[in-house]
Amino acid sequence: MPFIPHTDEDIRRMLAEVGVDSINSLFDEVPSDLIDPGLPGIPEGVSEMEITREMNERAASDMLGPCFLGAGAYRHHVPAAVWEITTRGEYYSAYTPYQAEASQGTLQLIYEYQSMMSGLMGMDASNASLYDGGSALAEAVLMAVRANRKSKSGRILVPDTVNPMYCDATRTIVGNQGITLETVASNAETGAVDVETLEQWEGEDIAALVIQQPNWFGRLEEAQALTDWAQRNGALVIAVVNPTAMAVLTPPGEWGENGADIACGEGQPLGIPLSSGGPYFGFMCCRKAHVRQMPGRIVGRTVDLEGRTGYTLTLQAREQHIRRNKATSNICTNQGLMVTAATIYLSLLGAEGLERVAGHCHANTRKLTERLAGIKGVSLRFDGPYFHERVVELDRPAEPVFQQLASQGILAGYPLGRHDKRLSNALLVCATETVTDADIDRFADALSHALAKAA
Amino acid sequence: MSQESLIFDLGRSGRYARAQAPAEHADLADIPAEFRRKQRAVMPEVSELQVVRHYTRLSQKNFSIDTNFYPLGSCTMKYNPRACNSLAMLPGFLDRHPHAPDSTGQGFLGCLYNLQEMLAEVTGMKTVSLAPMAGAQGEFAGVAMIRAYHDARGDDGRTEIIVPDAAHGTNPATAVMCGYKVREIPTAADGDVDMAALQEAVGPQTAGIMLTNPSTVGVFERRIQEIATLVHEAGGLLYYDGANLNAILGKVRPGDMGFDVIHINLHKTFSTPHGGGGPGAGAIGVGERLLPHTPIPQVGEDNGQYYWRTEKDIPQTIGRLSAFGGNAGVLLRAYVYARMLGREGMTRVAEYSTLNANYLMTRLKAEGFQVWLPERRASHEFIISLKGEAKELGVTAGDFAKRLLDLGYHAPTAYFPLLVPECLLIEPTETETVDDLDGFVQAMVTIREEARHDKEFVKGAPYNMPVRRLDEVKAAKELDLKWQGEAS
Repeated sequence: MPFIPHTDEDIRRMLAEVGVDSINSLFDEVPSDLIDPGLPGIPEGVSEMEITREMNERAASDMLGPCFLGAGAYRHHVPAAVWEITTRGEYYSAYTPYQAEASQGTLQLIYEYQSMMSGLMGMDASNASLYDGGSALAEAVLMAVRANRKSKSGRILVPDTVNPMYCDATRTIVGNQGITLETVASNAETGAVDVETLEQWEGEDIAALVIQQPNWFGRLEEAQALTDWAQRNGALVIAVVNPTAMAVLTPPGEWGENGADIACGEGQPLGIPLSSGGPYFGFMCCRKAHVRQMPGRIVGRTVDLEGRTGYTLTLQAREQHIRRNKATSNICTNQGLMVTAATIYLSLLGAEGLERVAGHCHANTRKLTERLAGIKGVSLRFDGPYFHERVVELDRPAEPVFQQLASQGILAGYPLGRHDKRLSNALLVCATETVTDADIDRFADALSHALAKAA
Repeated sequence: MSQESLIFDLGRSGRYARAQAPAEHADLADIPAEFRRKQRAVMPEVSELQVVRHYTRLSQKNFSIDTNFYPLGSCTMKYNPRACNSLAMLPGFLDRHPHAPDSTGQGFLGCLYNLQEMLAEVTGMKTVSLAPMAGAQGEFAGVAMIRAYHDARGDDGRTEIIVPDAAHGTNPATAVMCGYKVREIPTAADGDVDMAALQEAVGPQTAGIMLTNPSTVGVFERRIQEIATLVHEAGGLLYYDGANLNAILGKVRPGDMGFDVIHINLHKTFSTPHGGGGPGAGAIGVGERLLPHTPIPQVGEDNGQYYWRTEKDIPQTIGRLSAFGGNAGVLLRAYVYARMLGREGMTRVAEYSTLNANYLMTRLKAEGFQVWLPERRASHEFIISLKGEAKELGVTAGDFAKRLLDLGYHAPTAYFPLLVPECLLIEPTETETVDDLDGFVQAMVTIREEARHDKEFVKGAPYNMPVRRLDEVKAAKELDLKWQGEAS
């Protein structure tokens, strides 16, 4: 019996103590037509040795070469210490730190995480994580509607330069709460939002404007001007940002005259493996005035009976286990272990290391795209500053080229036509600090070979 | 145990783990100054050894399953097999980009497909979607599907979700997120749903009911088939909160009870780690009526090739719940666990978690503790009420909980469910030995003895932990949520 420690003698003794003659008697309150259905569709159990063999084979079949794909998940170097420490049983197998005295390790770590994240975002406060970037945007939208007491409309402006999968997740999650997401069209030449475009909403009741930086196309938005427009018009600003980029770009807390109201996004770049899309974590920060509207767990520093420093979950009156149907969100379990990893990652790199990583991402992307632009049949699509992603336009549909290069072990970027038919020839490419010159050569050679044949 | 400084206080300007970042700064001159950060973020400035030592020391301040018995009711804190972790972290799985084509992820997708099939079988549902990233998101998906079902039929007068008063807080919070009003119904004296109250509550305004079975009072809802008929006849649907699935895994199936949609906390029943608060995974099982509304993406199979099913395959889906496909790495851990259990192992989870709970309940009862619902069988968990001890000795359930920590036991869930005074909800799980269960009984008896001699001593616990009781009022009133540069 895997993972069950009882001997036959233990079982006899325990049944005798309970006063029944068999384990099945313990299920005598269950209607008899429901009991023991049999499970023909489930195979016999296997040993650890056998499942190890199977998993090794399955994992090996998924190995791939260089990765120029980003589009919301990024391959970065993850220091060995990050997961060595994170998977210690004391972090890995602990519960949510409700019993504060028995959870000071996790609680102090989360307090340190909140400090680092607030610092990186230039914001007043951070929560202890949400599920991922997409659902974090959904929670930010709900939070903005609660926090913007002057607005009654539930209208949120979302540029078409926000990650379309974040928008899909947000629509699913907020769809039944009287909130509408209205699309703001970006400039087709620059792939970024013009402030003038927002003038059509001037004077209207808008709860919040979402600004993604860098945006879905890798371009840098005029976050300063957009923020000022929104706040002048009574709307809150929700920043969706890449945390690596914040080492070198203006953080949301410094956007415009007053800074963004809420900053959120995908925490994966901070030491979390790609792992087919999860588990990652969503982060969320806000200005002080909105802390009580923030969803999820928050850790505060306090003192114990003897005046010693200690850490505890705080402001729990916002949460579902206390407030039930009046809670700020139904979120309960979040992504604690991922935050453990991110905290260790940020501690190792510090501001200095993260700035170097961010710088190399940008420089490698510049190198990559300059190289690709030299290939016949390839051009750069949007003009203007970028961070570590750029759109390249092929002389033919990108999807088949993407599939062809994948079969050669190269992930050639993200075919943007999946979300917008006008961009069917476009690939969103990314080069992080992990990409080598040899990787770029291999990609460029494979791409020019693929494009050498007539379209 | 000594206090551990904040990582920020260990630093020196200019220090960082040099092996972990590029040796030189890159040229960023082509990013215009207006977009550039002016001042570096305040971050730790420490060496790699300092980081490793600091976070290792912090870890030692935690209780965990790996170090302590953790009988936390409704949380299923069972052993997390190490193989599940190491096999989910094989390089082929870890390095795979979520947008890589399905053709290059057959190993990964195959595991997920097999997991879906096993979960559907063990719960008696038609299909399973692994997209939800935690139990609460699974709940959200389930109730959103109930809403989509009524909407698709033009049945728009259904505005209420019925929730028992003993339900987890996520249930009413979820119903509200889906735009429903919550109608609470009481629990009867015998621990089952109050049928008269249910009959009164059910009507043309009922969208559905959310139930946990065994319920949060630790007993099997005996009239579940009657409830299913009643709700279905009124046009409502049944949602199963899988928080307590461990009690009946493979033994009784929610699908056979009449539920239309369920969520499974893989971090409970399928032993993926709790991780100090996640990541979880809240797979949902879907019955016939709700199939068209299954959330995306879901893994499909066609001629031995696995692929992600999207809105093209499920046009009436409630949609996507995250940017990608759910907590993939957690799902791989659950798959390894499910394969190691196999058919017989799954049923044994239910059998032995129930045996352990009933044994522990019987032993505590024999020692004079007041079991809630003593005439009922325990499921995989049960409740004791310390109302008597509170009255006679002046020590509460909370005091027992804190003193248990001193004795090396994580406290059971205290003061939940809300309807039982001074309660502890105790779930031992199937992976604990009888000796550990006996040790816990002895600890409870010891604490009661201590209280008889010196109640203030028990009320002052814990003493042996890194900190004593914390000032929670100060924490909430004088919010200190981040390090601000002072020495602590």
